[in-house]
Amino acid sequence: MQEVTPARPLWHVILVRPETMTFVLLIAAVVVASQLSPYFLDISYILRSFTLSAEFAIVALVLTMVIIAGEIDLSPAANMALSACLFAWAQASGIPMPVAIGIGLLAGLAMGALNAFMVIALQLPSIIVTIGTLTLFRGLAQIIAGDKSIRVPDWFIGIDKILVFGIPMPVVIFVLAAFVLGLILAGTIFGRQIYQVGTNEVAARYAGIRTRRIKLVLFLLMGLVAAVAGMMTASRLGSVRYDLGLGGELQMVLMAMLGGTYIFGGRGTILGTFLAAWLLVVVSTGMTVANLLPAIQLTVLGVLLIVAIIATNFIYSRTQR
Amino acid sequence: MNIVRGILMRRETGIALMILLLCLAVGLYKPQFLTMNQLRVIMLLVPLVMIVAMGQMLVLVARHVDLSVGSMLGLSAMLTGMMFRDLPQIPWGVGFIVAIGTGALLGLANGALVTIFKLPAIIVTLGTLNLYRGLTFIVSDARQVDRQFVPSAVKAMSQTSPIFGIPWIIFMALGVVLATYWFTLHTRVGRQIFALGSNPSAAALRGVKVNQITLLVFSISGALSGLAGIMYASRWGFVNPSNTGAGFEFQVIAAVVIGGVSINGGVGTVPGVMLGVLLLGCVAAALPLLGIPGTAQGAIYGAIILIALLIDRSVRQQGIASLKWMRA
Amino acid sequence: MLKKSLIALATGLALSTGAFAQDKIDIVFIGKNTGNPYFDSLTKGFVEACQKIACNFEFVAPATAEATSQIPFIEAQIQRGVDVIAISPNSPDALNQVFDSAREQGILVMTVNGDITGNESHRDLTILPTDFTKVGADQVEMVGSLIGYEGEIAILSATTEAPDQNFWIEGMKEALKDPKYSKMTLVATVYGDDQPEKSTTEMEALLSNYPDLKGVIAPTTVGVAAAAQVVQSRGIAEQVKVTGLGLPSEMRDFVKDGTVEAFQLWSPYNEGWLAAHFAVDLKAGKAKNEVGSTFEVPNLGTITINEGNSINTQSALTTFNAQNIDEFDF
Repeated sequence: MQEVTPARPLWHVILVRPETMTFVLLIAAVVVASQLSPYFLDISYILRSFTLSAEFAIVALVLTMVIIAGEIDLSPAANMALSACLFAWAQASGIPMPVAIGIGLLAGLAMGALNAFMVIALQLPSIIVTIGTLTLFRGLAQIIAGDKSIRVPDWFIGIDKILVFGIPMPVVIFVLAAFVLGLILAGTIFGRQIYQVGTNEVAARYAGIRTRRIKLVLFLLMGLVAAVAGMMTASRLGSVRYDLGLGGELQMVLMAMLGGTYIFGGRGTILGTFLAAWLLVVVSTGMTVANLLPAIQLTVLGVLLIVAIIATNFIYSRTQR
Repeated sequence: MNIVRGILMRRETGIALMILLLCLAVGLYKPQFLTMNQLRVIMLLVPLVMIVAMGQMLVLVARHVDLSVGSMLGLSAMLTGMMFRDLPQIPWGVGFIVAIGTGALLGLANGALVTIFKLPAIIVTLGTLNLYRGLTFIVSDARQVDRQFVPSAVKAMSQTSPIFGIPWIIFMALGVVLATYWFTLHTRVGRQIFALGSNPSAAALRGVKVNQITLLVFSISGALSGLAGIMYASRWGFVNPSNTGAGFEFQVIAAVVIGGVSINGGVGTVPGVMLGVLLLGCVAAALPLLGIPGTAQGAIYGAIILIALLIDRSVRQQGIASLKWMRA
Repeated sequence: MLKKSLIALATGLALSTGAFAQDKIDIVFIGKNTGNPYFDSLTKGFVEACQKIACNFEFVAPATAEATSQIPFIEAQIQRGVDVIAISPNSPDALNQVFDSAREQGILVMTVNGDITGNESHRDLTILPTDFTKVGADQVEMVGSLIGYEGEIAILSATTEAPDQNFWIEGMKEALKDPKYSKMTLVATVYGDDQPEKSTTEMEALLSNYPDLKGVIAPTTVGVAAAAQVVQSRGIAEQVKVTGLGLPSEMRDFVKDGTVEAFQLWSPYNEGWLAAHFAVDLKAGKAKNEVGSTFEVPNLGTITINEGNSINTQSALTTFNAQNIDEFDF
């Protein structure tokens, strides 16, 4: 038990990290993609392609914090659809826009609260709870919107067409969100407590950390951010349907895992997820622009997910903190 | 008195009661729900879910979960279908070997990833869910195996009957259920799965070979998904790379959880799972008869999973209580 | 550029049948999803056209037919700088924005086999397989002739909001007002969501709810196969007649064993064939994308551009039955 580990050299600390792996993969993916297709290496195209996944990427940042705290949430993509459907349905039935937006955000918060209630108060495992709420939210969205798409007003359309110094708005929001959440996670007491909850919840509770409150805050934040992401998607598409963001949970989990977040909690960084989001976009964009079969993309994504957790597990087992 | 109470307290009784109430309620409103024809509809609806649910039950009892069943079903069905199409000289019975063998191998791969790398099954199978689906597209070149290529003998299994007009595939499902029942109750390995699930470290100390058991339950889950794959070809007459088996995992997990299998491992019975599958089958058959639009189905499934979780929790709390009592 | 056209010129001269000193145009067809047998035949039309005329063709499609899944593919084609995007849209309005950016780049956007109804201003042209206003009436006549113009009929459709199917169902209801069909009553319209399982349970429910049912129209390829399967397994082909819009490759067995007497469709092949020819002619200045203008297509004759910049590949539905089904290889 009292194994004496010599202090690791600095290069070791920097290099043997999951984020380094993600970064190397990202560089490799860029090289491969530019070999696959001459049309790939174009910053404005990559940025435009990133906007297609930016909503998922923003949610994945919060998901990273939830996973670090030892829980998981598979329902945010369905949450995006339901809150966007409620918002679109409200404004289409004549409710003024600000109120409709409020309804959408509140709905997102309520969905986060439902997850939190079942996981924290009833102590049910979050993975199964959120598989259930994922099906439920998506089903409710289908009941509200049917198979129709609901239009949003013209002035609301086109968040991805707003450029800040040539960078599409959703990408800017993603970068800012990553910066803020990264600071919170790495530089505040709250952030450190999240790691402690995920490493050992019982010990954290004995150390006086309000573990339940921390998880509640995270689930609520998740719900709210998912609702915002849902409305950003509505603005990008110009209309809302129940299948908005269908299957997005896989992409979000993939971003967190590829970024080196430890599936059992306690470890992971926002920087990792930030890099992984770019990695994922580069991989899928590279394959799409090379006109590869989408089947190959599915296969590559599946392999990436498994390789990422094997690598992360390996790195963490070698670098006990 | 105690026997009566014992029966009433059992989870299976509760589900059976729910099925009965549901059928009566629907039957009151739509009398044609309580006819032989409708029984036939339900019976033809459930065999695939039933077979895959038996494997899923073993995986859950061992404290894991298998999300890749739908993709394993799809890939096995596709390989079998392609064999029927491209090598018609091979006897159709070989299709069973191909389907079950493919499934078993895919399941073994899941198990190997879980045991060798000590990874959580939920993430591994989320990965293979996509991986196997992608492979299905690649091997098939994204093309469907059409109806005319599935041998009529295979299609006939869903229509012709050895006895009482009950189609073959129902007997096959029944066979799998009985075999699983016997396996869980009357074999050493079967009981070890339960020991492993209720307390992995204690089971290892008592000489249960944890890795072998884990590999076994994943392989069984894969093999049964493969069997369901060739039955899909029989029931629907075609194999499509994107539709076949897609989303199957939700139905199966919902049915198994409703059937009283605990997601925390160690708890579950074959009759319970069987009733869980039947309950979902009755719901699926009743909805169109009542004129409830398909759009409501997702929400109903989600609500059912959450309700089953709540029931599961009350059962589990008793378990925790007894644990505390043992410590004291 | 000069070198390229010189090479093209050289090959053109060498082959003497090939294109002139003109670059081939790049056409991409984006299907609803991969693994959909319907698009195999449509794609074949494009491929064989581009073997004869000046175009390069590629087919891509997302893995699922969800509303937004085609967007990354369209973005990628814009980036590749193709000349023509042909697409079977998965959504009537979620693609508007990306269509606009494609057209800003000078790409010809045409919807094939389905239109973005209500948002036509976001595409250049649509190619529909047949005159959709006649489909409903044709299908009613078909089922009428099968059941002797008497008895209860029902419709098994795709999803509740499927625009094409709903348009045809309106047409069916309109046609049923004809005194010729006065003894036929439409008792129900149900939706199988284009899934085999769901379509089957809906069909079973129809048979249970309406024991006197005489005929079923399923104007969707998944639905008509599922309905036929139910009738076949219950052995009631004599009592209940199933018809609708189906693919010969999926219906062949049912027609041969007598479960289904006849069903209808159009030629998906011709849609691809026509789309490729129109695109090439338009870029070469031989055709105009204007309502009322005409152009020639080998095997199909003179084609006119109708109201709303739409083209029909054939004027009426083709009927398939035991006599002719083996003549069709899709």
